[in-house]
Amino acid sequence: MQRITGSFETSGRDGEGLIAAFRAATKRFGDVVAADALTLGIVRGEFLSFLGPSGCGKTTALRMLAGFETPTSGEVFLDGEEVSAVPPYRRPVNMVFQHYALFPHLTVAQNIAYGLWQRRPRPERAEIARQVDRALAMVRLSGFGPRRIWEMSGGQQQRVALARAIVNEPKILLLDEPLAALDRKLRREMQIELQTLQRELGITFVLVTHDQEEALSMSDRICIMRGGRIVQIGAPADLYDRPHNRYVADFVGKSNFVDGVLREVSGALGRIETAQGLGLGGRMGGPVAPGARVTLSIRPEQIGLARAAQPGAEPVSVVNRIFLGEHTEYLVRHAQLGDLLVLVPRQAEAGAGGFAPGESAFASWHPDAALILPQD
Amino acid sequence: MQRRLATSVLLAPAGLWFAVMLVLPLCFVLVFSLGERGAAGGYVPAFTFEQYANLPARGQAFLNTLILAPVGTLLALLIAYPLAYHLAQGVGPKWRTMLLILVIVPFWTSILIRSYAWIFLLGGQGVPALIEWMGFGAVRLINTRFAVLTGIVYGYLPLMVLPIYVSLERLDRRLLEASADLGAPPLRSFLQVALPLSLPGVATGCMLVFILLMGEFLIPAMLGGGKVFFIGNALVDLFLQSRNWAFGAAVAVTLVAIMLGTVTFYLMLMRRLGGARGNVDLI
Ligand SMILES: Nc1ncnc2c1ncn2[C@@H]1O[C@H](COP(=O)(O)OP(=O)(O)OP(=O)(O)O)[C@@H](O)[C@H]1O
Ligand SMILES: [Mg+2]
Repeated sequence: MQRITGSFETSGRDGEGLIAAFRAATKRFGDVVAADALTLGIVRGEFLSFLGPSGCGKTTALRMLAGFETPTSGEVFLDGEEVSAVPPYRRPVNMVFQHYALFPHLTVAQNIAYGLWQRRPRPERAEIARQVDRALAMVRLSGFGPRRIWEMSGGQQQRVALARAIVNEPKILLLDEPLAALDRKLRREMQIELQTLQRELGITFVLVTHDQEEALSMSDRICIMRGGRIVQIGAPADLYDRPHNRYVADFVGKSNFVDGVLREVSGALGRIETAQGLGLGGRMGGPVAPGARVTLSIRPEQIGLARAAQPGAEPVSVVNRIFLGEHTEYLVRHAQLGDLLVLVPRQAEAGAGGFAPGESAFASWHPDAALILPQD
Repeated sequence: MQRRLATSVLLAPAGLWFAVMLVLPLCFVLVFSLGERGAAGGYVPAFTFEQYANLPARGQAFLNTLILAPVGTLLALLIAYPLAYHLAQGVGPKWRTMLLILVIVPFWTSILIRSYAWIFLLGGQGVPALIEWMGFGAVRLINTRFAVLTGIVYGYLPLMVLPIYVSLERLDRRLLEASADLGAPPLRSFLQVALPLSLPGVATGCMLVFILLMGEFLIPAMLGGGKVFFIGNALVDLFLQSRNWAFGAAVAVTLVAIMLGTVTFYLMLMRRLGGARGNVDLI
């Protein structure tokens, strides 16, 4: 048996604080590389999300932790032990399946008791009943125990699935798009419930989702994936403010992108030249050498609109205006940069009033708010 | 109102067919069973339970049927279940179709021809010759209960495989993963998840095979060589050879009563099992 040693640069923490880890874990299905040399530490007690588009290998990563997939090469650690050869039924983790996978021939209570029932020695009936009741209460389904699965609504089934997993007090709770089948309002509620539950139980949660809002609002850390690889790991604010490349900036939140060639670098600042020959300054978001193709990323809320010209402001014309309540979203057109998305808070418009489509304006942003990113 | 009318009109042919072809003949048989045999055979009207009192005369046929039909059903189940499980969960879609066709292929040939094949296989030149050649002494297989049992299990196996296959094919693999995830090793996952969820298919298969076996007469006639009788053979004999219609009718009524009892039991079982899905599926 091997212990995890050393530190994982991806987590920046010592191996001892990790509840699970991937080390160069690769999973191939024929020609498809579903997981490509994943190296990642999962910190005890954290809420980690795998975020990425469909087919990027999120589920595969989760299934390697659960034991349903064995890595083609590389290692998977759970609680310090290499577990590639340990079958799912011997792993101290539990999973909430995407479509719940509740047992249709059992009642709600029997479904939740299933995991306890498998323990050897088997706990006493009264003890099982007590724990089932506690789990039901935790997901606010007290009294639903004797019901049949098909008598439960989608949201209730979701909670039964959750209760069935947490009643076993797993070391890690794995959630594969658990909220995908719920409507927007219910999803929001469940997100809050999941977060609360995670704090109360102190269990490590690993969530798979392709919904960036979900990942941003719930996670301590997010692991952005693409094509079986990890692109960047970090806290939500980290990823939002300091994306390593254009892909991450695009995936996390909205942004305006301007392609160009990096012309000069001085310290943390750089200057790019667009195809139209326009020079723009920004902060360096990654190590790029002058001459490389880069993308300038400016978040919509970092751009200000004004009626009067100021030094450094770019002339634009307002194309469209969408009132969003606390914000107004403008689409403005710049002669060389093309269309830009601008998000103006309500209070900024209080005095002068909003801009009407067709009006000309001046767009400006702080050079620090523009990030120069590698294109890949 | 109009819907009700449409429903009755659409169901009328089926209802009429059912009444004329099933209920009416059954009534005739019931009436016949209370009559007497004419001097030259056939039927003489009467009201007596004498024919029923006489049933033990055909006790051997009842005994054979009531032993071999359940045993045959059980054997078919034991062979069919692993096969169906493998077909449904163990092989890829390409092989699955191939193997399913192989299961059904025997149906393309008449059971008569297939039974002849068994006569040769179990007859003196077949398996017994092989056993003797291997030095295990002489055995007789043809015209024994063993031969009949072999024949019926062989003949009805596909009818057992198909409903079980259907119920296992519908079984969501993720349920087995969920079971493993919750700590159940493979055998326990099978016993606690796959098996209970396939019980409707098992019940349907057993039901189909058992009912058909109760009325079977061809296979016992061919592989039993007149030594192993089923109720079906007794009926053929009583109606066509002995022309004792009244007694034949009494045997037939008894057979129908046993079957009705079985079907009732099956429906009750299905209500309990099918309740898990909220519907009663007969296949
Ligand atoms: N059992 C399998 N056999 C063959 N290919 C597979 C298998 N499981 C996954 N793949 C492939 O591996 C890749 C990653 O799949 P995975 O299910 O991990 O994606 P995902 O990120 O969870 O996507 P989604 O958001 O759509 O669920 C995909 O290209 C998929 O087609
Ligand atoms: Mg997935």
